[in-house]
Amino acid sequence: MKLESLKAGALSLVFLAVFLGIWHLATLPKAESQGAVDEYARLMGKGAKKSDGFPTLEQMREAFVTHISDPFYDRGSNDKGIGIQLGHSLGRVALGYLLACLVAVPLGFLIGMSPLLNQALNPFIQVLKPISPLAWMPLALYTIKDSGASGIFVIFICSVWPLLINTAFGVASVRRDWLNVAKTLEVNPLRKAFAVILPAAAPTILTGARISIGIAWLVIVAAEMLVGGTGIGYFVWNEWNNLNLTNVIFAILVIGVVGMLLDFLIAKLQQAVTYVE
Amino acid sequence: MSNPFDPEVRLGCGCGAHASQAEHDQSEEALNRSVIETAVMRALFPQDAVRRRFLSAVGAGTALSAISSLFPFGALEAMAQDKKPPEKKDLKIGFIAITCASPLIMADPLGFYREQGLKVQLMKTAGWALIRDKMLNKEHDASHFLSPMPIAISMGLGSAQQPMRVATVQNVNGQAITLHLKHKERRDPKQWKGFKFAVPFEYSMHNFLLRYYVAEHGLDPDTDIQIRVTPPAEMVANLRAGNIDGFLGPDPFNQRAVYDGAGFIHILSKEIWDGHPCCAFGVPDAMIKEAPNTFAALYRAVLTAARMARDPKHRSLIAKIIAPPNYLNQPETVIEQVLTGKFADGLGNVKNIPDRADFDPFPWHSMAVWILTQMKRWGYVKGDVNYKQIAEQVFLVTEARKYMAQLEMKAPEASYAKFKVMGKEFDPALPEKYLGSFKIRKSA
Repeated sequence: MKLESLKAGALSLVFLAVFLGIWHLATLPKAESQGAVDEYARLMGKGAKKSDGFPTLEQMREAFVTHISDPFYDRGSNDKGIGIQLGHSLGRVALGYLLACLVAVPLGFLIGMSPLLNQALNPFIQVLKPISPLAWMPLALYTIKDSGASGIFVIFICSVWPLLINTAFGVASVRRDWLNVAKTLEVNPLRKAFAVILPAAAPTILTGARISIGIAWLVIVAAEMLVGGTGIGYFVWNEWNNLNLTNVIFAILVIGVVGMLLDFLIAKLQQAVTYVE
Repeated sequence: MSNPFDPEVRLGCGCGAHASQAEHDQSEEALNRSVIETAVMRALFPQDAVRRRFLSAVGAGTALSAISSLFPFGALEAMAQDKKPPEKKDLKIGFIAITCASPLIMADPLGFYREQGLKVQLMKTAGWALIRDKMLNKEHDASHFLSPMPIAISMGLGSAQQPMRVATVQNVNGQAITLHLKHKERRDPKQWKGFKFAVPFEYSMHNFLLRYYVAEHGLDPDTDIQIRVTPPAEMVANLRAGNIDGFLGPDPFNQRAVYDGAGFIHILSKEIWDGHPCCAFGVPDAMIKEAPNTFAALYRAVLTAARMARDPKHRSLIAKIIAPPNYLNQPETVIEQVLTGKFADGLGNVKNIPDRADFDPFPWHSMAVWILTQMKRWGYVKGDVNYKQIAEQVFLVTEARKYMAQLEMKAPEASYAKFKVMGKEFDPALPEKYLGSFKIRKSA
């Protein structure tokens, strides 16, 4: 087992090295004709450091160092450090996600316990589930009349469905025997819900929660690119305006890492509630 | 309230003669009034003996009311009082990261807002639809607009109707038609059939100028070419990817397309209409009524910036000021080429056109009338349009004159002027006749 994971780690490193090697070779600077820099060439930015085209590894390293070394600077409302941007994004995700949990879990319980409700609501859920966050945005902006709240609403509306469906499914598939035992002991409904159904359905609910947090994190980037102002999505958008690919790639990596951490967090939680029958 | 136990704090007002700041303000107001009245009386009666005889003959009350009917004491007083502290100090102003917004952007780092007692936060916004929505939602207090937008919003076109005003024009000229490098040999618009063009917004000068330009060359912009709305910032990326063949867009993106080797500048917009307005500085009508002092302070700040931006010798400095990530987030040389008019055209030439961009703030009514004729021409408005009424409601010429006078800027006396667009004269007095003279237009 130990050996296996060592091998896997080594292989991961090899893949990374190959990937970086290809990147390096592909972005080797082309030999530019070294003539006198005339005025036209100067206006076109020849000779100066230009940040267009695919960045080299050296440029990427520089970007990492500058962003990581000073993550919390604040130079006015449109230029803040990567740490502050991430903070804004995480705050929005937390709010939207919390709202989604508050709605989805109780509603999922109801739906799971009543086959009638389940069938009645199913068509609505199926229609609303696949709608893209970008499609919700104009409607939200128009009706809520506040871009910050719209962003949170969009996270809510997109991350609520997996949680709702999984909760309903988990609750509906609690083993009959356990419910029957509860019935024989004449447990009141509230106690039944918390002492029998919740622990039994918890692993399924948390699977839904894990999918939902992934979606919430996907949505925030799109929403912030659209609404702007603050956040990691705005950062990507702002650097895209400047056609600065180095910073865009840096942001992509940051988004990936943070997403992974969020997923890891819920996965730990899921392990804690998993039981062996 | 100031802390009365603080040894550094002086109780009372700034001049020391009054018990409180409020009392000071009040007496200043009264002083203002009497100063104005004295000045007027002195002008009317250069000899003091005559004045005294006149007053004792008719009585002071009668004299005042007789003279007030001739002299707008109220207006004069309002002018003297304009420097009163703004009702609302913390303002959010939306902008799109383009050089058109230079005056309202540079007013922040140069301290022009602070000078007027305002604390302004400039909010970079992703696109014009959002600029509109954030103004309608009152998330922004004032905004950078495309000059047709306040007209459209005031008329309720493409959004909920809300009275929106153009305080100043932000910039004139400063746009361009940029084409993909593969079209180097196709400079004649007659060869553009089937081209895909981007403009920043439907209610934009870019849209109307591009339509005008291709129509003058015999193409119907609705059927012969495709015009799509793309946020300015995304134009270069789309041009490079070949999604569009060209765009009539705001700078710095024309110059940025050249700088990145994606396109070349076909013509500058000044070659279509020299002196055309592009963007505007807009405020909701409600602000003028509810916070007149804030409005006045804002007006002065933006005009101060416009005055500085008009002077060619400041242009390189302005480029340096507005290039950082907090504002335009562009290479400084690109902005400098736009503002100084000494630029690479993308075809290997260096051009020197100092009036490539200018920042004349005066909101001519005739500009608004022209915009309305084009809105009607392309079917954005249907039915009868009261050109004069809308123009005079939305474009604040009287205010512009008043505040320009305060800053000793020269404002024209007329509000309407004839001008030429691609050699064809536009007479603002005869908009319907002008409209009727176009062969290519959307049939009603």
